[in-house]
Amino acid sequence: MDNAYDGLTDAGEERHWAFGTGFTAALAGVDRAIPDVDRAALAAYCLMLGDDALVYSQRLAEWCSRAPELEEDVALANIALDLLGQARLLLTRAGEVEAAGRDEDTLAYLRDEREFRNVRLTEIDCGPGPGGDFGTTIARLLVLSTWRLALLGQLTASADPVLAAVAAKGVKELAYHRDHAAQWVLRLAGGTDVSRARMIAGLERVWPFTDELFTTHPVEAALPGVAVDPATLRAEFDQVIDTVFGAADLDRPEVRQVAPLAGQAGRDGVHTEAMGFLLAEMQHIARSTPGAVW
Amino acid sequence: MTRSSWPLYEVFVRGKRGLNHVHVGSLHAPDDEMALRNARDLYTRRNEGVSIWVVKADHITASSPDEKDPFFAPSGDKVYRHPTFYSIPEDVPHL
Amino acid sequence: MDLEREFERVVAADHRVEPRDWMPDGYRATLVRQIAQHAHSEIIGMQPEGNWISRAPSLRRKAILLAKVQDEAGHGLYLYAAAETLGADRAELTERLVEGRQKYSSIFNYPTPTYADVGVIGWLVDGAAICNQVPLCRTSYGPYARAMIRVCKEESFHQRQGYELLMTMMSGTRQQRAMVQDAVDRWWWPSLMMFGPPDAESSNTEQSMLWRIKRHTNDELRQRFVDMSVPQAEKLGVTLPDPDLVWNAERGHHDFGEIDWSEFWRVVKGDGPCNQQRVAHRRRAHEDGAWVRDAAAEYARKKERAA
Repeated sequence: MDNAYDGLTDAGEERHWAFGTGFTAALAGVDRAIPDVDRAALAAYCLMLGDDALVYSQRLAEWCSRAPELEEDVALANIALDLLGQARLLLTRAGEVEAAGRDEDTLAYLRDEREFRNVRLTEIDCGPGPGGDFGTTIARLLVLSTWRLALLGQLTASADPVLAAVAAKGVKELAYHRDHAAQWVLRLAGGTDVSRARMIAGLERVWPFTDELFTTHPVEAALPGVAVDPATLRAEFDQVIDTVFGAADLDRPEVRQVAPLAGQAGRDGVHTEAMGFLLAEMQHIARSTPGAVW
Repeated sequence: MTRSSWPLYEVFVRGKRGLNHVHVGSLHAPDDEMALRNARDLYTRRNEGVSIWVVKADHITASSPDEKDPFFAPSGDKVYRHPTFYSIPEDVPHL
Repeated sequence: MDLEREFERVVAADHRVEPRDWMPDGYRATLVRQIAQHAHSEIIGMQPEGNWISRAPSLRRKAILLAKVQDEAGHGLYLYAAAETLGADRAELTERLVEGRQKYSSIFNYPTPTYADVGVIGWLVDGAAICNQVPLCRTSYGPYARAMIRVCKEESFHQRQGYELLMTMMSGTRQQRAMVQDAVDRWWWPSLMMFGPPDAESSNTEQSMLWRIKRHTNDELRQRFVDMSVPQAEKLGVTLPDPDLVWNAERGHHDFGEIDWSEFWRVVKGDGPCNQQRVAHRRRAHEDGAWVRDAAAEYARKKERAA
């Protein structure tokens, strides 16, 4: 009997489709030694960067099968996949540094809301849900990818070899994400009256969460040479945003910042009301089937 | 319903250095820049390509793949287009 | 008439027909319909599994599933591109889909209530699709054949990830094994229906085979799928829900039970569990995206005017 599957796969063909599905791991050959720093702080820092990527990827993936055009569906899924890949490497590193036997899935699926350390901008609904639309999604993509690219750019010099390697890989990905966002900002701002209004509304929706991105957290302050101080990212961020806004003839939104709660925000595990729903959905199967293997 | 469809682009990818760009398919994009980005996402999302060309489909001038198209009919009777029409002395080199 | 003879000669010699070749109107129309339906199936097919991306139970599964559903968008695009070489317009084909005037594979009108459905769709639905599609890599129309080669290469991952997920689940808890069996029970018969009506009732088969658009009949492909799936089910440790399924040494094939064709036609005609939902989802994405497509087109026009 002839087998229809034979001859479909070329031996030795590269199979870049998902981290951990058979090809060489993304960080193969990277030194995994843990630098001589405060371990708890390092684990927490890996969680911060990993949670940003995981939660934001979860939001972006909501566009799958809902994008304005099929080509854009593919593009947004690519970005979500890049971020998910970064999240997995970072959560794995967090577990390794913490050395308490938690792997990427335990960390992603069995932590409670207060233990998630992502910035709040990653978790809010910016569309396709009722909290936004494609314009809001692009506004967030511009802000987050500009910020994260600056962050990873500095992180390539981290004294933690794994963080440095994740950053080196991520810089290439983020450069593409930022470019994609900037291209769309130009088109939406310079397209029709409707699209311009929506682009501006989108920026107004996400802008209140920008100050949080540049606030130094004690964990970051405790890891000189390993962590990036986000306060130092502001200059690059401003310069890129000014360039894009200049080309798109946009002004910076004049909106109030969303206040922290008693001085605490995402990095401290204090989140918006959207976060609980996001986690409930993401974690529900894993939590409702104890002992199951996937 | 709005019908603002984006133009069709043809996509050519060079799989690796040393090879020609090869036509891999087409896609829609609002303009050249986005076409290039869409091509990267669609046709090289497993890192197959090292170099991509995109060109608006209506900028391509094409002839038919074989001589059944009327376009080729004239050449059949223009024998001077065929190299064998010209008898070249044996001792002329490299021709 | 010269052109028609040349077309027949190309097809008979197993050469490929290319876009600018002369071709009979019926050949063109058949291809546009078949390729469009195929493309629509890929796009609608994103939904049943896309339903699970946000809840995938491990990060590895999430990455695999997102990549897979993204592939389906890509496959739809390859196929729409092939249809466009025949003079069809993608925007128009999309209109036909969202207005319910053009069909897609009925299999996607079934729901995915558990994560085991993701595995069974990979194993059985993608498996059946591969049986259908591998011969299409040699179909007579060049652009379609080339699109199918790309699609098939990627589909083979899809099937493997599905089967691997099921094997993992079968090694898990009792609840997980029951989940897998339940999903197999629900998907087996609809998968057999994916090959289309029996040859005796298939109106398009004969002409399509003559034109070498199709290379095997529905029943041949269905038999091949059954024969391939039986040992895979055994290995997995699940039961296929057909008491009449038995090896027939004389035929060298498995015999199997009667397919409920009334169910098939009911779902094709719009009365499946998810028909309205699937089309509405696609229509909504298309309509919600109109302002974005307009904006980008308008921006390009402004740039061109300025240049």
